[in-house]
Amino acid sequence: MKRLKLHWNTSIKHLLPWFIPFLLVIGWQTFSSLGAIPERILPAPTAVVKSAIHLLSTGELMNHVSVSLGRALVGFVIGGAIGFMFGLMNGVFRLSDLLFDTSIQMLRNIPHLALIPLVILWFGIDEWSKIFLVSLGVLFPIYINTYHGIKSVDKGLIEMGRAYGLKGKHLFFAIILPGAMSSILVGIRFSLGVMWLTLIVAETISAHAGIGYMAMNAREFMQMDVIVLSIILYALFGKLSDMIARYAEGKLLQWNL
Amino acid sequence: MNPSQKSENHVLLKNVHKCYGNRTVLNDINLGIRKGEFIAVVGKSGCGKSTLLRLIAGLESFDGGMIQIANQSLMGLNQKARMMFQDGRLLPWKRVIDNICIGLSSREQYKAMAALANVGLRDRKNDWPAQLSGGQKQRVALARALVHDPSLLLLDEPLGALDALTRMEMQGLIERVWLESEFATILVTHDVEEAVTLADRVILIENGTIHLDQPIDLPRPRQRSHPNFSIYMEKVLDQIMNRKTLINYAL
Repeated sequence: MKRLKLHWNTSIKHLLPWFIPFLLVIGWQTFSSLGAIPERILPAPTAVVKSAIHLLSTGELMNHVSVSLGRALVGFVIGGAIGFMFGLMNGVFRLSDLLFDTSIQMLRNIPHLALIPLVILWFGIDEWSKIFLVSLGVLFPIYINTYHGIKSVDKGLIEMGRAYGLKGKHLFFAIILPGAMSSILVGIRFSLGVMWLTLIVAETISAHAGIGYMAMNAREFMQMDVIVLSIILYALFGKLSDMIARYAEGKLLQWNL
Repeated sequence: MNPSQKSENHVLLKNVHKCYGNRTVLNDINLGIRKGEFIAVVGKSGCGKSTLLRLIAGLESFDGGMIQIANQSLMGLNQKARMMFQDGRLLPWKRVIDNICIGLSSREQYKAMAALANVGLRDRKNDWPAQLSGGQKQRVALARALVHDPSLLLLDEPLGALDALTRMEMQGLIERVWLESEFATILVTHDVEEAVTLADRVILIENGTIHLDQPIDLPRPRQRSHPNFSIYMEKVLDQIMNRKTLINYAL
């Protein structure tokens, strides 16, 4: 009996979060079928699925998705690495903090999407303009949270480490980095959101491949189903990256009961 | 070991002075602690007793006088001492056994298991610190200090946050490991009963100076029911509270 209840509880835990999305799709399909939502305002879910299958079979969808994923990933790695490095350096070394932090805080307050005209003139509309914008957007949340995480590591633990003979890289890897980890992971989760947002805007404005380009191209031909498909793809990828980040959190912070 | 044989000073403080800004915390402290001796430092909060411990640990610098550890002037961290803090300071992201391994070289890691067994927590080695009770955390912290074979154990109110029963249990444990080894111990506490239970000498600090240096001559393990136990306690308390008493200390 207890086992059954336990089993029931875990399935509820996994299924319930999907209840509202499921209900929305059902409602959407019902109203579309009844003709309450005109086809040219919002196509039915079945129409979106149909166009997805069609684009998959021509290979077009895979092409756009892989281009977008590639940009997102490369931009995230470059921006994330730079933000992380500066966060570490400025968190650990006083000199580096004094030298760089003020400048980074100034740059941080420029909305990076405002740079789009400049970026197009610098890089044209090829890959690097998108990667540059994603890197820039991702850099600051990771920087701020890494920096803050390192600054707020319990001083008592650092003192204990020193008193027990830890110094240099041993002190860093045993105490400072793990102490900052939960804050760093918050930065990563936040920056994943910024990553998708930046990519959507950048691809919509100027591109010749990618999910955003697919949507803009479909607008020219009034292909509502393809536009809706791209929006759903962004939602799914956003959710997927958040799930990966949460999984990493669960693995890295398992001590945090 | 018989206390009278441990005559050589392990720790020696001469005219030690410590200020924070223009506030003097410790003023002209002279104190010798013999090898293997157990000292308790008591006093009201803010009297400078914890600062004294931190100076001996080498965690803070002093402004005058000198401190010698085993006949050598103390410079920087006191390598021969290990400190146990009031809040335990276990690393929450390391399992119990890995917490004990902090600062051990890879060749010495086998000692950690024995140290953990010595405090009675052998079967908790793979738990996270968050899974332990307050008393168990302090046991792990004690094992972590002892695994380095220190010649001086510094205890900064390590039992202050524990309930009365766990506290008495821990006092018994500390006395046992101290009797088994040969390290000197300095216990900072605000609990006079704890000081009399554990220490060979009770030092009272008031306004940054030593006001009383009272040897406690009671057989170990100490019994609170011993007739002289309460007389020692009264004597120290009278000094702390600055009260005149009618008890004639027949010690």
